[in-house]
Amino acid sequence: MDVVIWSRIQFAMTAAYHWLFVPLTLGLALVMAVMETLYVVKKDEFWKKTAQFWIKLFAINFAVGIATGIILEFEFGTNWSNYSWFVGDMFGAPLAIEGILAFFMEATFFAVMFFGWDKVSKRFHLASTWLTGIGATVSAYWILVANGWMQNPVGTTFNPDTVRSEMASAAAFWEVVTNPVAVSKFFHSVTSGWVTGGVFVVGVSAWYLLKGREKKFALRSILIGGIVGLVGSAAVMISGDASGVHAAEFQPMKLAAAEGLEEGGKGAAFTIVPGVKVPHMLSLLATHDWNGYVPGINDILRGYTDNEGRVIPSVADKMAMGRTALDALETYRGSEDPAVKAEALALLNANVQYMGYGHLEKPEDVIPPVGVVFWAFRLMVGLGMLLALVLLLCVWFAWKGKLENCRWLLWTALWCIPLVYICGQAGWVVAEVGRQPWTIQGLLPVNVAISSLSAAAVKTTFFIFLAVFALFLIIEIRILLRAIRKGPEVEPGNA
Amino acid sequence: MGRRQPFFWTLYRDGFRNMTWGRPLVWLILLKIIILFGILRVFFFKPAMSGLTDEQKSERVGRHLTQKDTLTLNL
Repeated sequence: MDVVIWSRIQFAMTAAYHWLFVPLTLGLALVMAVMETLYVVKKDEFWKKTAQFWIKLFAINFAVGIATGIILEFEFGTNWSNYSWFVGDMFGAPLAIEGILAFFMEATFFAVMFFGWDKVSKRFHLASTWLTGIGATVSAYWILVANGWMQNPVGTTFNPDTVRSEMASAAAFWEVVTNPVAVSKFFHSVTSGWVTGGVFVVGVSAWYLLKGREKKFALRSILIGGIVGLVGSAAVMISGDASGVHAAEFQPMKLAAAEGLEEGGKGAAFTIVPGVKVPHMLSLLATHDWNGYVPGINDILRGYTDNEGRVIPSVADKMAMGRTALDALETYRGSEDPAVKAEALALLNANVQYMGYGHLEKPEDVIPPVGVVFWAFRLMVGLGMLLALVLLLCVWFAWKGKLENCRWLLWTALWCIPLVYICGQAGWVVAEVGRQPWTIQGLLPVNVAISSLSAAAVKTTFFIFLAVFALFLIIEIRILLRAIRKGPEVEPGNA
Repeated sequence: MGRRQPFFWTLYRDGFRNMTWGRPLVWLILLKIIILFGILRVFFFKPAMSGLTDEQKSERVGRHLTQKDTLTLNL
């Protein structure tokens, strides 16, 4: 395997590892904030102890997850230095805002939430708990603004003098911040975190019921966690619909790969599994039109006319325009003659949106690994629906007072904890494998984004990370399991 | 009578002093930060273009960007 593959595997592993901690942080933050609100409103010590227990698990997850995202930034500088330089402020600005926000909000309010039970008023503590969760959510927004820009690079101007993407104005910054891909990705990711938090709370509580322990605590937690998870599930479906529409508009190849759609057309059918199709459903999901046109892989290679009547060039034509852009860039940078530079700049600007295509060897290079994306999508959707069903049943039986005797459901809820993580990871596989070969859609393919490193160097750090990550994960699971086995008997104010 | 200490100082100080189950987490975070910044960053993750001026970085990336024939995709 070459350096590109090893760098991608390493980045994928680091991002996947980071995403083990983030969704639980986002989801548990909401669950514990709701529980503490009940404590403040009802003035019932039971809710205080309940909230304290889930805050304890939140803190363990937070402690192990903290700084795992920084490793991605190490990799940007070392393995993806061409990319890091090329993206310039487009990527740096959102990440800087995220870093500052995360540091100040989380360092301040997390400390009050964690240490301040007997030192600040109930309301101030409650506000701190909510703000810890809001801080994590706002942080997620800025990360997803950066990621969304890679999937749909809006608001950018390529500067051939610096070879960087730049935000030319405040309007461009606003365009980046409100990028529709970033917005739908944010809601999809955060609400999937609510599902993760809900499933985790319901699963852990189910274990207590299976053991015949902490019945009141477990049943109340299942109601709160289950409702948070169900609200999250509904929001995931709505935001997933928006993500589908955006993929159809901005990344049609990703959608075609997720559907395994070789030849598209009007009134396209949705494939549930190979051989089982729902007529017109793909058109409805992708365009909100029963007979909307959805291009397949071959249509994209050949070129097509979209639903707005825009003519989308073939990949071969885009490659030709990309090569023109790269030649113009080379001429511009190599010449001192103002007239030659001006002509080259005009040619570059006319073709810059296809610049990345100039690096491709053949049109088929734009096709991502279809099998991986197709099955990851089905895994995500299938598990998402299963999780929503299990949450619904748990809430219903808990509400009716019959959950304790429903052991099969309690076992299912417990086993849903690993499933919710697989579901979330599958979602990222769809998003990130589905956009290959691009690091920045249409502008920069992965093989150009990479640094000049040896595969052996990346391989070495990959295995070091693997060992370190595995060690920390084992430590986290052991500390979490010990805290869960001990149960919710947390003394007030005792951290 | 001594001066009253700032709220956040006492919050952190007393919080860390009175920790029970949270103590291993703090050690875990410190260990992780040492591994990340003291070992991985120093020995394995040096920025590939550190030490170059912005002009040299532009030159290097520009050259890499226009070498369109020497690159292959392996998806």
